Amino acid sequence: MKVLVPGALRSYTGASHVEAAGDTLHALFADLDHRYPGLRFRVVDELQQLRPNMRVFVNGLSVRHLDHALQPDDFAAIVLALSGG
Amino acid sequence: MNSSPTRLVLLVATRKGAWLFHGDAQRSAWTVDGPHFLGHNITHMQIDPRDGRTLLAAAKTGHLGPTVFRSADLGRTWKEARQPPAFDKPSNHLPARAVDHTFWLTPGHASERGSWYAGTSPQGLFRSEDGGISWTPLPAVNDDPKFREWMGTVQDGTPDGPKLHSIIVDPRDPAHLLFGMSGGGVHESRDAGRSWSTLVEGMQVVEGFDATTVTFHDPHCVRICPSNPDRLYQQNHCGIYRLDRPGTAWQRIGRGMPAEVGDIGFPMVVHPRDADTAWVFPMDGTDVWPRTSPAGRPAAYVTRDGGWTWQRLDQGLPQQQAWWTVKRQAMTADTLPAPALYLGTTSGELWIGQDGGSRWASIARHLPEIYAVEVAELQ
Repeated sequence: MKVLVPGALRSYTGASHVEAAGDTLHALFADLDHRYPGLRFRVVDELQQLRPNMRVFVNGLSVRHLDHALQPDDFAAIVLALSGG
Repeated sequence: MNSSPTRLVLLVATRKGAWLFHGDAQRSAWTVDGPHFLGHNITHMQIDPRDGRTLLAAAKTGHLGPTVFRSADLGRTWKEARQPPAFDKPSNHLPARAVDHTFWLTPGHASERGSWYAGTSPQGLFRSEDGGISWTPLPAVNDDPKFREWMGTVQDGTPDGPKLHSIIVDPRDPAHLLFGMSGGGVHESRDAGRSWSTLVEGMQVVEGFDATTVTFHDPHCVRICPSNPDRLYQQNHCGIYRLDRPGTAWQRIGRGMPAEVGDIGFPMVVHPRDADTAWVFPMDGTDVWPRTSPAGRPAAYVTRDGGWTWQRLDQGLPQQQAWWTVKRQAMTADTLPAPALYLGTTSGELWIGQDGGSRWASIARHLPEIYAVEVAELQ
């Protein structure tokens, strides 16, 4: 599926839109980390939770739980929350 | 080793990036290299004294999680740690935790090339054996029920979160380690971190609290004297202390500070060759704890007799209306024959105190809030 990557993570991906796969957000981030090592830990902590100032939208809807199921043609957007200083 | 260095480098970590200042051996001219990681919160940057070129930088951003960057060429190129400090899931039913940021970096013993220690917020102790590429938690601290109790909650820590800091490796013995926690006391291991004992005897706590309760102790910065590793100095939330081993009781040596200045502050700096000489940079700890220079007149204070007496060092510093805060990692000394001091302020000024702080001069202004300043001599 297509994944929108925020500017803060482009040092990992080199692009704003990338392709990755997974049947849950967990699996999607695992695949992203496989393709772009280190990316996942900047977004998901060791408690397997999205970091406080990160947001994920799937097909335009905000999702907080990483066990959220995904379809191959979904569009996932990783977004920086309006915070952080 | 006393051969003259050809140059110095200052490692300046700030809330919005990192800078390197390269100076000549006379410390008269400085060339700026930076920003590195513009926009990242760089809490600490350290050089590996065992090779004189490897740098580690502890980083996060307002949004992105914590990591460690590593340079093998003095900052020309950087690579992210493959496995940054992260807590394991505790096996003993303690609440799981997430590292918010790595706060402190300490190179390991000279005999253990590639070894490093990291302290985090919330309090955690980590070790790397591959030069900072991967980090392993030390469960005897991170997942010990007693330590967890002493660590308290996020609300018990500093405004920027509770910290594990002042990680010290005894230059005589790689298995002898110390660290401090804000809050949570000072702790010592003699078996490379497998077991720990607490070193809080003699340390005072805020009035009305019980000094036998470890969690109430807030060491701000602990240093070991390179010339006499049996001597420790400490700047604490409640005074300045010295401990001479094998003694176990800290002695409050800040009583000799001027009453109008007090003995509260964050950094503690020790002389590279004279264990009787140490420096502090007092902060206002009265009333609502402004944590600024007392009366708006910043000054370092030096003791040359192990803390019995203190002298003010403010020549060249602003004489009024300078409301500085100098954080615990933001003051250090080089090891040249007449050591110079270096400090960074939360208002982004970088200063050098030539001849042990006798003459202060500005190196840089207008940097972001400075978290940490380290210095290294390069051959």
